[in-house]
Amino acid sequence: MPHDANARANAGLNVAVLVSVGRHPLTAGTRRADQDARAVEMALTLENAAISLLHAGPADPERQQALRGYLGMGLDTLDLLEQSADADVISVLEEEVRHRAPQLILTGSRAEAGEASGALPFLLAEALGWPIVTSLAAVEKVENGTAVMLQALPRGKRRRLRVRLPALATVDASAPPARQSAFGPARRGKFEHQTRPSEVDEPLSGWQFQEARKRPKRLKIVKASSARDRFKAAAAKAEGGGGQTLADVTPEQGAEAIFKLLKEEGVLR
Amino acid sequence: MLDTLLPVLLFTALALAALGAVRRVRLWRQGRSSSVPVLKGLLRVPRRYLVDLHHVVERDKYISHTHVATAGGFVLAALLAIVVHGFGLQSAMLGWVLLAATTSMFIGSLLVAKRRRPPPSRLSKGPWMRLPKSLMAFSIGMFVVTLPTAGILPEGVFQQGLGWIAALVLAAIIVWGLGEMFFGMTWGGPMKHAFAGALHLAWHRRPERFSDKTGGEHRSTGLKALRLDEPDAKLGVETPADFTWNQLLGFDACVQCGRCEAMCPAFAAGQPLNPKKLIQDMVVGMAGGSDARYYGSPYPGKPVGEHAGSPFGPIVAREGTSLVDAETLWSCTTCRACVEECPMMIEHVDAIVDMRRFLTLEHGNTPNKGAEVLDNLIATDNPGGFDPGSRLHWAADLNLPLMADKKEADVLLWLGDGVFDMRNQRTLRAFISVMRAAGVDFAVLGNEERDSGDVARRLGDEATFQTLARRNIKTLAQYRFSRIVTCDPHSFHVLKNEYGELGTSETPATYHVQHHSTYISELVSANKLSFKAWKGGSVTYHDPCYLGRYNGEYEAPRDVLKALGIEIKEMARSGYRSRCCGGGGGAPITDIPGKQRIPDMRMEDVRDTGADLVAVGCPQCTAMLEGVVEPRAEIKDIAELVADALVIDAPVGKADSTRAAPALALEETS
Ligand code: SF4
Ligand code: SF4
Repeated sequence: MPHDANARANAGLNVAVLVSVGRHPLTAGTRRADQDARAVEMALTLENAAISLLHAGPADPERQQALRGYLGMGLDTLDLLEQSADADVISVLEEEVRHRAPQLILTGSRAEAGEASGALPFLLAEALGWPIVTSLAAVEKVENGTAVMLQALPRGKRRRLRVRLPALATVDASAPPARQSAFGPARRGKFEHQTRPSEVDEPLSGWQFQEARKRPKRLKIVKASSARDRFKAAAAKAEGGGGQTLADVTPEQGAEAIFKLLKEEGVLR
Repeated sequence: MLDTLLPVLLFTALALAALGAVRRVRLWRQGRSSSVPVLKGLLRVPRRYLVDLHHVVERDKYISHTHVATAGGFVLAALLAIVVHGFGLQSAMLGWVLLAATTSMFIGSLLVAKRRRPPPSRLSKGPWMRLPKSLMAFSIGMFVVTLPTAGILPEGVFQQGLGWIAALVLAAIIVWGLGEMFFGMTWGGPMKHAFAGALHLAWHRRPERFSDKTGGEHRSTGLKALRLDEPDAKLGVETPADFTWNQLLGFDACVQCGRCEAMCPAFAAGQPLNPKKLIQDMVVGMAGGSDARYYGSPYPGKPVGEHAGSPFGPIVAREGTSLVDAETLWSCTTCRACVEECPMMIEHVDAIVDMRRFLTLEHGNTPNKGAEVLDNLIATDNPGGFDPGSRLHWAADLNLPLMADKKEADVLLWLGDGVFDMRNQRTLRAFISVMRAAGVDFAVLGNEERDSGDVARRLGDEATFQTLARRNIKTLAQYRFSRIVTCDPHSFHVLKNEYGELGTSETPATYHVQHHSTYISELVSANKLSFKAWKGGSVTYHDPCYLGRYNGEYEAPRDVLKALGIEIKEMARSGYRSRCCGGGGGAPITDIPGKQRIPDMRMEDVRDTGADLVAVGCPQCTAMLEGVVEPRAEIKDIAELVADALVIDAPVGKADSTRAAPALALEETS
């Protein structure tokens, strides 16, 4: 990292990282969530940033233990906004963010447990009226209230974005992996514990949860005579077929096109 | 003149030595506390020195004789010199004894000098090159001044004419000798090893290593548990002062003989580790300063003089350099070859793991795959991150009896994480068919088994080790069995030597644990197995570090091979000097690059014997050695060799024979 160049530019950058309790894909044990941990990693590599960790949710010992995984990455405290298990945390997060006024919020794009719809960052950005950047791959620099960010696109492509702060950005598996969580700092880290009134998520109470099952994948039968063909078949892009790129169109035209597609695909009837 | 000068010189040297001793003791006491039986320990020094230490020194006959002559001569000569010349007790008889002692010392010092001509690379140069001359100075000087006392030269010969000049020369020689032998002993000269070494023997951190008159095994190889119950305590060793004081004392005892260096597989492979330098670096750190005045072989690829440290400064810097680089610590395979070889009984592996603990638990800096493996161990109880519910999938056709069903069995078969490895599954299958052929009543834990914690512990993650161990102990406490048998020497070692400390009064964790080779050897002696004649080619045997050096089992695997009709072509480095396969201590995980690979060197050892097959007894060794490119000898676990040679229809144990038969038939066809 070219620390020095960034040091002055980012002076006093105030970053909040929203972290959740993860769930191991094989054992279902609680842990630090992978994407959220990557968000913390991203924050830690921003030179001179003041980082605060924020979690809203129930605070039973097992979940606290999992949250300590983030503290083990080298942070001293984690702000724990205690909520009931059936709460919708958007409003309490919004309130907390307004109170702290960070310039940048980082978080994973999707939780590993619960609804895991990936909607939270969008709802929160909407509530705050902030821009949102998805699939953040790197923050290149922060200058005069603007951040230059790299956004990851499929197949390893990157897009450079200039974003006015404050902004919210989500990271996914294309961000650099999180550093190891060390036992000592994890154990010594402190929770700033606050109990906040929970706003019950009504629709959620009507939902029924069940284990997700891996859907069987359709076998791609490749008739190839040579190793080269087989390799090409294995490495080939998934052919989307159809599709079109719209550029320089009015919002109405764009909406029209999307609407048409959704109808064709039978999403809207 | 000499009559007055000698006592002055002697007592000045002694006083300075005493002053230096106080200073040295204060350096050691910068370390953490550790309680030892002070007086009892001191009283045991002679035995520990003459029996245990000598036992190690004796492996090199030349230096052992040299040391007896030199050290024995010196101790006697020094004591008598104080009596005769210091206090002026002019007894001709004592004079003669003193002459004999100095003669012995002189002969010894000639041998020391010869050894260094030219010095082998493992020996340190610098002040150590001066030592033989200093020994000679002391012995010659003392010899000559004693001649009048013994009545060989007339009294007063040094007081007239030429005698005066001789006396001056003599005095100079004696000053040199005393300077090295008395002053240098406590002020950091080469003779420091005698002073620190004696006290190190007295207050060694592992007193169990020393024999007593009752005989029996005296081995102490299990790592000591780190206390995790104080949340604010620093975990592991960050600075030299974080070692216990008797560890620091131990480092200070190093005589820089380089025996550890000569045995270290990582050093030979060109990885940046040299156990001797590491111990010297700890001494440098304890006293503060740079390593510029180290005159031995450096860490491969790391020039001397670029590292420095202080007692309360970090050993490994987060960024840049300080005393030691992290990769030095991560190169170690924890094979214990250095500890086994060290005549000063220094505990290199303890020190390395102590420092690794800090890097992992406090810095979160386990290199390469380390973090991933530890995460897997935490989440899935095995290093590969496999579904913990799939531990027995490999054995779907074997119908293995589960402890959960049986509740008790004679043998609890500990399968280890090798269950996830297709190569190791072959070994396990072989061993199970052997047990079935012998009609052994056994059961496995199946999905209740977890990683033993070995790798986590060697990677410094004591927290994960203790969690895994405690959970295993709890599981084991539910069942009754007379012994645990395992094909994995690493599990064997932790279960046998490292779980005990974590047991509680309700769930004691002292088990009778055996390696499968030991168990097979027992079955063979009990005539439970019969074999076809061996028809394969020539065979050599590779001792796994964790079976041999860690647990002293050298015989059983050889007995089993003998029972199969195999005559072992021993490698030059076998038994307690076996060279590591490179697979221990998490070394394949941290994977520090060197000039060559340790397993390649080991297969080179195998090649030198001309053997067609190398018998092994450890899943790690199997994996490491099989990873060597062909052409090379074939690699087979002892269990496989035994299973291949089994004659099934021979009389087997009655109890289980009927039940065992169908499963066996199944294996035969599989
Ligand atoms: S344990 Fe083995 S690898 Fe480690 S320093 Fe000692 S000899 Fe070298
Ligand atoms: S540590 Fe032991 S074996 Fe190594 S140089 Fe020192 S005294 Fe010799």
